Amino acid sequence: MMEKKASDRYCLGIESTADDFSVGISTFKGEILANIINAYTPEEGGIHPREAARHHAEVASKVLEESFIKAGIKPNELAAISFAQGPGLGPCLRTGATIARALASYLKIPLVGVNHCVAHIEVGKLQTGAKDPITLYVSGGNTIVAAFDSGRYRVFGETLDIALGNCLDVFAREAGLRQKADMPFGAMVEKLALKGKMLIALPYTVKGMDTSFSGLLTATVNLLKKGKFKLEDLCFSLQETAFSMVTEVTERALAHTEKKEVLLTGGVAANKRLQSMIKGIAEEHGARFCTVPSQFAIDNGAMIAWTGILAYEQGMVTPIDKSFVKLRWRLEEVEIPWIR
Amino acid sequence: MDTLNQLLIKKGAEANLYLADWHNRKVIMKRRLPKKYRPSKMDEQIRTYRTIHEPQLMHEAKKAGVPTPTIFLVDLANTTIIMEFVEGKQVKQLLSEVTENKRRSLCVKIGELIGKLHENGIIHGDLTTSNMILDSEGKIFFIDFGLGEKTRELEYRGVDLHLMKRALQSTHFRFTEECFEAVIDGYSKVVDVENVKNILNKIKEIERRGRYVAERKGERK
Repeated sequence: MMEKKASDRYCLGIESTADDFSVGISTFKGEILANIINAYTPEEGGIHPREAARHHAEVASKVLEESFIKAGIKPNELAAISFAQGPGLGPCLRTGATIARALASYLKIPLVGVNHCVAHIEVGKLQTGAKDPITLYVSGGNTIVAAFDSGRYRVFGETLDIALGNCLDVFAREAGLRQKADMPFGAMVEKLALKGKMLIALPYTVKGMDTSFSGLLTATVNLLKKGKFKLEDLCFSLQETAFSMVTEVTERALAHTEKKEVLLTGGVAANKRLQSMIKGIAEEHGARFCTVPSQFAIDNGAMIAWTGILAYEQGMVTPIDKSFVKLRWRLEEVEIPWIR
Repeated sequence: MDTLNQLLIKKGAEANLYLADWHNRKVIMKRRLPKKYRPSKMDEQIRTYRTIHEPQLMHEAKKAGVPTPTIFLVDLANTTIIMEFVEGKQVKQLLSEVTENKRRSLCVKIGELIGKLHENGIIHGDLTTSNMILDSEGKIFFIDFGLGEKTRELEYRGVDLHLMKRALQSTHFRFTEECFEAVIDGYSKVVDVENVKNILNKIKEIERRGRYVAERKGERK
């Protein structure tokens, strides 16, 4: 833990957009003092929004307490509370927002609503030192290629249907794999793919800078059900195809914008194969490859705390009566006055 | 290849473009280089497919009345296309430089050309303003048909126009609305009313399919 200075100011951030409930505490200088993540792992099937929200409510006080202990500060030392206001699953967002409102009014400190996607990019920049990157944000809920231009993060490419992480998760479930707390579906597919050798032809769908994964998923699941191919080969081919698609669109955006950094973040960013592909195109275009450390790449409270600070320092606060959650809050809707 | 003085003018994501002399002619060599990140078998298939289909679509487009560079040679072994060098300005640059009226007329013209492509069963596949060049005679050339397809399906036409809109949003966000409106006005000159209506509905449907779109399921922002 870092030594506490009397001049230090702190913000606590709450993340609860999907299956993770997380609390992070950051100093205004960007030192992350705590980042406690508690994941909801369904017994079977995907994330049920109500079940996930119930999990968040159950673990909230424990996670909050842990984060204060880890950071070594008391609630009354906080200068602001931030929370992920969207996009995400309604019941989950509302649980986090309710806790954030309660804390802010009890402590009589400002509340700051933060866009989840902006937070991923900002904490990625903080952790890697990237200044103005092309970001590939790939997770269970998002597949976005974005870069900053004239006051906002612009979306250059995105999925036209399901997210890349969702594609891998659903395939893993169809294959009968069981998710464990320390081994998400993506990691299981990655492990199996390492043993795959045969490349099976699968639909490769790139439309301009956008991608589509639903046809790829259906085709792979159909082959799985036919039982002609080894699961390892299917995982390998699914990964190679899906990752090649996002790498191609990232390269297109990189060539188009001529940025000098590529930031890879989101839950799928932990995949070594994807990392090596993105690193390859970054080097090809003379750009620096920045991959975000796992605990800051997955959904986490620290990113909300840090982005809350950036917004708060620009005077952006969210009055309680305007703090309703925004389920479909797009990245490019958010003004980013803290850059330039 | 019997070319001289190759000058790399654009290191694209998909291909490198070289300006070269070819039989005393100024040409563009579009070479699809191997992508190391993809498995080589997949990479070869993708590059070969695109090298064959791009000139075919460009030729079809020309027949449909959409200016495209003339193809001189397809060198499949080197996944390279040699084509006419069109001297002019990228629409991407022009849009932010010209007056509002000029911008509108450019976009109407672009819409007309997209309409001609679609009416003839051609999908461009990557409609961005960097893939359009205005020459000195005022003709707009469409380039880069590498992601194109030959189909009359409504879905593909919808995605094609949706991509145009997305390109305007990311690169020309100051006048996305006016530009896209003008594109649709031009499109409507070529495509009949009923079809335009269907395609506009399709675009809305495609937008709703996307992640986190306010219009989805009629939810409010």
